Amino acid sequence: MSTNKVVFEIYRYDPESDQPPSYDEFDVDLDNCGPMVLDGLLKIKDEQDGTLTLRRSCREGVCGSCAMNIGGTNTLACTQDIKSVARNGRLKITPLPHQEVVKDLVPDLTHFYAQYESIQPWMKSDTPPAEGRERLQSKEDREALDGHYECILCACCSTSCPSYWWNSDRFLGPAILLAAHRWIVDSRDEGEGDRLDQLEDPFRLYRCHTIMNCTSACPKGLNPAKAIADIKKRLVMRQL
Amino acid sequence: MDKYKIVDHRFDAIVVGAGGAGLRATFGMASAGMSVGCITKVFPTRSHTVAAQGGINAALGNVVEDDWRSHFFDTVKGSDWLGDQDAIQYMTQQAIPAVIELENAGLPFSRTEEGKIYQRPFGGQYLADHKTIAHRTCAAADRTGHAMLHTLYQECLRHKANFFVEYVALDLLQGADGEVNGVMAYCLEDGSIHRFSAKAVVLATGGYGRAYQSTTNAHICTGDGQAMAARIGVPLQDMEMVQFHPTGIYPAGCLITEGARGEGGYLTNGDGERFMERYAPTAKDLASRDVVSRAETLEILEGRGCGPNKDHCMLHLEHLGADVLAEKLPGISETAMIFAGVDVTREPIPVLPTVHYNMGGIPTNFHGEVINHQNGEDKVVPGLFAIGECACVSVHGANRLGANSLLDIIVFGRAAALRLEQTLPDLKEPKLDPQASASAMERFDRVRTAKGNRKVAEIRAGMQSTMQNRCAVFRTAETLEAGVREMREVAALMPDLGISDHGMIFNTDLVEALELDNLLGVALATMDSANAREESRGAHARDDFPERDDDKWMKHSLAWVDNQVEGEVRLDYRPVKSAPLNDEVESVPPMKRVY
Repeated sequence: MSTNKVVFEIYRYDPESDQPPSYDEFDVDLDNCGPMVLDGLLKIKDEQDGTLTLRRSCREGVCGSCAMNIGGTNTLACTQDIKSVARNGRLKITPLPHQEVVKDLVPDLTHFYAQYESIQPWMKSDTPPAEGRERLQSKEDREALDGHYECILCACCSTSCPSYWWNSDRFLGPAILLAAHRWIVDSRDEGEGDRLDQLEDPFRLYRCHTIMNCTSACPKGLNPAKAIADIKKRLVMRQL
Repeated sequence: MDKYKIVDHRFDAIVVGAGGAGLRATFGMASAGMSVGCITKVFPTRSHTVAAQGGINAALGNVVEDDWRSHFFDTVKGSDWLGDQDAIQYMTQQAIPAVIELENAGLPFSRTEEGKIYQRPFGGQYLADHKTIAHRTCAAADRTGHAMLHTLYQECLRHKANFFVEYVALDLLQGADGEVNGVMAYCLEDGSIHRFSAKAVVLATGGYGRAYQSTTNAHICTGDGQAMAARIGVPLQDMEMVQFHPTGIYPAGCLITEGARGEGGYLTNGDGERFMERYAPTAKDLASRDVVSRAETLEILEGRGCGPNKDHCMLHLEHLGADVLAEKLPGISETAMIFAGVDVTREPIPVLPTVHYNMGGIPTNFHGEVINHQNGEDKVVPGLFAIGECACVSVHGANRLGANSLLDIIVFGRAAALRLEQTLPDLKEPKLDPQASASAMERFDRVRTAKGNRKVAEIRAGMQSTMQNRCAVFRTAETLEAGVREMREVAALMPDLGISDHGMIFNTDLVEALELDNLLGVALATMDSANAREESRGAHARDDFPERDDDKWMKHSLAWVDNQVEGEVRLDYRPVKSAPLNDEVESVPPMKRVY
């Protein structure tokens, strides 16, 4: 074995066995492996243990499938390079925190997706667009969508949020609130009032205590905390 | 197969796949009041449409005046006259309302100063004079596919479509008269088996770039729909037409959009020369993809590559300035930093032609209905549709124009939904044939319990290196004949497959084995079709037959994969449709293709 190796310490759980979850260790030779954590995981799956289970798709940070907790931080395995996150030749990998685990590194995101649907993430407008033409939107108005539409629904932010850990049954969490804000700030959307009504709730919105883990965790560099602050501000402003 | 308990479902139509094509078809049918179920092996926004960057073509004329007829002409020329002109007319004409529909649904397009949809230049596209570069590609920065996929999913939610997420489609089911009436699927989450009965099945499963070693494609692009169709005796069309994108990051293979050159980026070789000026004096770096990929490959083969091994080229964006890069190309700026360690405002990106798109696929008409070809005649396979990259309509012929794929998926996703709305009453009620699902389950069980000596990864690597080395940018009889032989050797290994996970819940070892089985069939069809086509056309470039031969080869290849393990593949051909739909546009006769 080369000296350039990292020991991957990976959370394992097989729902079909009666064994409790455990950690397995695998040696990965970085001289024979791509640079990213996903490269290491797939190399283990290909060569050492075919039962290792994870989600992956695009391998370039745009689909959000391979979100997991790597070295203590929620991020995408495909864009996280091994060398900068391994400590003393070791790297610990677990599923996204505080979600039910289906198997190994695969969390159950059913509830997360249901919350996404609950905010009605589609265009609401009573004014029909001009027949056969696009709705006009100024460059400045379009700019308001930057920092929102890039969200890949990986759930890194929500599952890094302590409020979401304790209250995810009712708190929407940062990813979903960012998605709600995306529509609130879209100059073409006419549903702001309804959307704010739906969010004005001690749990759905106000369980956010500005901890900011969401913003640190986002692998796309987005800022859900800022969007949440703006939702809160709009709710105050409409009282005045 | 009594050991698997089967859960039954009944819908008017089933869509397999939740990329752009599948989602557009799904909400099209849902909004028309049909009962439709969409089954997908990944959550919809993980589909490979998400990775499309540059945009979607439509002659909106928002930046310079444009006409869909010019788009039609460019697409025919881009296809190197292997595209069907009726379908190309349909697509380019429908492009305009299709893009408007997306905007109206909320897609966050970038904007012009007047607040209209922003349009950028892309390769191989001109105005009516065929000389002035068109601005036809509607873009949401360089994340158009991502923005589109999310918008389409949101529309599906709005229409309360039924999704079966993380269900892996196994095989199509057929009735007594050969009509397709359902599909079997494996639910990853709880390991259950499902039988979906429907009057029609719409395949929207995407491409098969993962047959190759180096590809821009996601891991999930494994030709599942093509293989399922092939297993019920449907031929695969024009499979030799595999597009290499000129700018995959070296060596990771991640995509850098053609929009980077559309915004003014250019390529250089190891001498720092802008070599595209020699190969395409007019279009230069914005020539069609096959042309640019061949030019890069020639530069490298002739010793003018970059880097210590002279094995790649450089894409320069640094002259565009930080503002343009941040506004128009933020996504690839990030990708270049992550995967090549390159700050695009200061340094060029190392790039290489990389497998990107399959022009070939399941033959269909422009309604999305699957065509079989028997005794010289086209016959619709009742109840079976194919749309998007898994289909071959053919609108892309031998070479797809950049930003015509996002267009293809929404236009034909919509077309299939419209067609089904009309024809559903005429389609047969699905009658359960236990034998049909039994044979699907036998294949499933065989793979799940496989205890041979070869791992999935080993057989897959053999296939991928064979395809990469024998069926790449330049091909000869020598490489292809070796490829035909070697692919058979690889396919013959499958009976010795062994998998290590024999469980039912989220068994990705099993899924990868099933995907490999799918890939092997489509790879065989690809290699054999390439070996047979003795000419150069579009993406299919033969050193030993450097010219296009319209007399002999202006026809679609058809490949029936009769027996994958035994390597039995049958070839035949069907004519290209040179007539457009109607007299709104004139047929483009074959001419020399220069850029």
